[in-house]
Amino acid sequence: MTDVRLDKICKTYGTVEVLKDIDLSIEDGEFCVFVGPSGCGKSTLLRMIAGLEEITSGDLSIGDRRVNSLSPKERGIAMVFQSYALYPHRTVRGNMEFGLKLSRMDRREIDARIARAAKMLQIEPLLDRRPAQLSGGQRQRVAIGRAIVRDPTVFLFDEPLSNLDAALRVETRREIAALHEKLGTTMIYVTHDQVEAMTLADKIVVLNDGAVQQVGTPLELYDTPANLFVAGFIGSPRMNLFAGEAGPEGIVTASFGTLPRPDGPLPEGNVTIGIRPENLHLTSEGGARARVTLVEHLGNEILVELALADGQKAVAQGPRNHCPTPGDSVGVTIGSEPLHLFDGLGRRIETRSP
Amino acid sequence: MIRVSAFSRSLIVLLIVALAVVSAFPFLWMVLSSFKTAEESMQTPPVWIPGTFDLSAYSSVSEVIQTGRSLWNSAVIASVTTAGILVTSLMAGFAFAKYSFRGRNTLFAVMIATMFLPPIVTLIPLYRMVSEMGLSGSLVGVILPNLANAFGIFLMRQFIAGVPDDLIDAARVDGASELRVVFSVVAPAVVPAIAALALFAFVYHWNTYLWPLTVLQGATDEYPIVLSLGRLLSYNRGAMNTPLVMAGATMAVLPPLVLFVFLQRFFVDSMISAAVKG
Repeated sequence: MTDVRLDKICKTYGTVEVLKDIDLSIEDGEFCVFVGPSGCGKSTLLRMIAGLEEITSGDLSIGDRRVNSLSPKERGIAMVFQSYALYPHRTVRGNMEFGLKLSRMDRREIDARIARAAKMLQIEPLLDRRPAQLSGGQRQRVAIGRAIVRDPTVFLFDEPLSNLDAALRVETRREIAALHEKLGTTMIYVTHDQVEAMTLADKIVVLNDGAVQQVGTPLELYDTPANLFVAGFIGSPRMNLFAGEAGPEGIVTASFGTLPRPDGPLPEGNVTIGIRPENLHLTSEGGARARVTLVEHLGNEILVELALADGQKAVAQGPRNHCPTPGDSVGVTIGSEPLHLFDGLGRRIETRSP
Repeated sequence: MIRVSAFSRSLIVLLIVALAVVSAFPFLWMVLSSFKTAEESMQTPPVWIPGTFDLSAYSSVSEVIQTGRSLWNSAVIASVTTAGILVTSLMAGFAFAKYSFRGRNTLFAVMIATMFLPPIVTLIPLYRMVSEMGLSGSLVGVILPNLANAFGIFLMRQFIAGVPDDLIDAARVDGASELRVVFSVVAPAVVPAIAALALFAFVYHWNTYLWPLTVLQGATDEYPIVLSLGRLLSYNRGAMNTPLVMAGATMAVLPPLVLFVFLQRFFVDSMISAAVKG
């Protein structure tokens, strides 16, 4: 059992509270991603799990042990850093065996583990090179290899792909997913890139301002964001948000007129309506009038940036066959997907589609 | 490449050559004089190149002082002190660079302030302490107070501050103790600084005169070569034997010179390799 449990974890630097009452349970074998904007405390949280940062209050357990006061090596974890953090004066082999030698492991066992990991990561020809002689992608593999040979119960990844170019990032992301499939070990992964989070995670933890905003599977977060922050953060391009006023007739908006009330209780007053770009459609006639300000081609699809009649901006995503040009006047309609509604405090209003 | 006109280029070269001659001249004069006979060394106008390369001054040196013993003493003082300075500077420099603790900056400022204290001011108090410990007249007494120095700690702090934190954290996750982090991970990353400090400390403590003179209190068996050279000067009362003194001085200069040539190549190499690391 190597689940990781965080119970009321807090972190303060002097009087600054950077993490507040984090409660979290990561199951054995789960791939858990911490995602959030920079400065949200996600890396600090990871470093606290690693034992590199002291826990101000709360309990952290790995498996059935409370590990608050244990050193990193006693926690049975391995970590992959954004900067790779390879020892520059050691060869690839030297990097991989450093930790094993420190734990006084038998030489033959060390060699066997390195051979196994090198084969898995296809870095066998690189074993006698130094980090300076490797490309970025190779260095990251070696860093992962150094983590694998320690046979940890929990893998920690701190933005491991941020220093790679786009193509390599996708490839390495797939390899990490395959690695998780193969090893079945608990993995905790920090990123600011919501695409990485969506594609890799069994479970995503969205953090902002030192607090957990929502925990769930990628699709749960996409389909039912718990608040405005998650709604805006998960999904690319971002969800369109419009102000509205809920009343007995429905939801009154400036651009789209009065929208029908969804089923379920709807408190009256100011609400925010969230519509994903793929749920906004362009028509030549009818709909809310808008002017096209920018068209971005993604290949098979286009992103159209719109200025609505009341000056608000919106983005619609659609097929490329009806491609407007900037300056065109178009109509905008809302598709059949359910709307996301948020109350005055930014919390999700649970509704069923009308 | 910066373009320099042929004229200013030759001016620069000329200036460098002139500087090289000025700094090499005393050294060359010392070596040449050590091969002269006593008469040649006193002629006016001076004899530049000795008529015959007379080695007798070299053998006479050992009749006046214990050359081997003195060189050995110097080597012990310089190398043990240098090793001590490297160890303490690495450890303290690491703490100042990478630990955050209450009073760190104040402590660092106080330490830097000691660099501005003239050594002569601390000579007597330091001597009293060493002597109360019963160490006057011994090499241990010469070495002990110099095992740590502010400049070394300052230099190491500056270089270690540039070592990425991730590298240190990676070693901690790998199970390295703090000492292991310093010596197995941080030290190899600051090799150029270590080489420079080692060279500086070794040459300084090889050549140091006043402190061993104070501590050793005429215990000539324990004299380093620099103090023994002083005895060559006063030998023969009044009539200084120039070839004798110059032969002794040449022998005294050789070990640090060899070390310099060796270390210089070593740290230029490592600076190049550090520069090309991606």
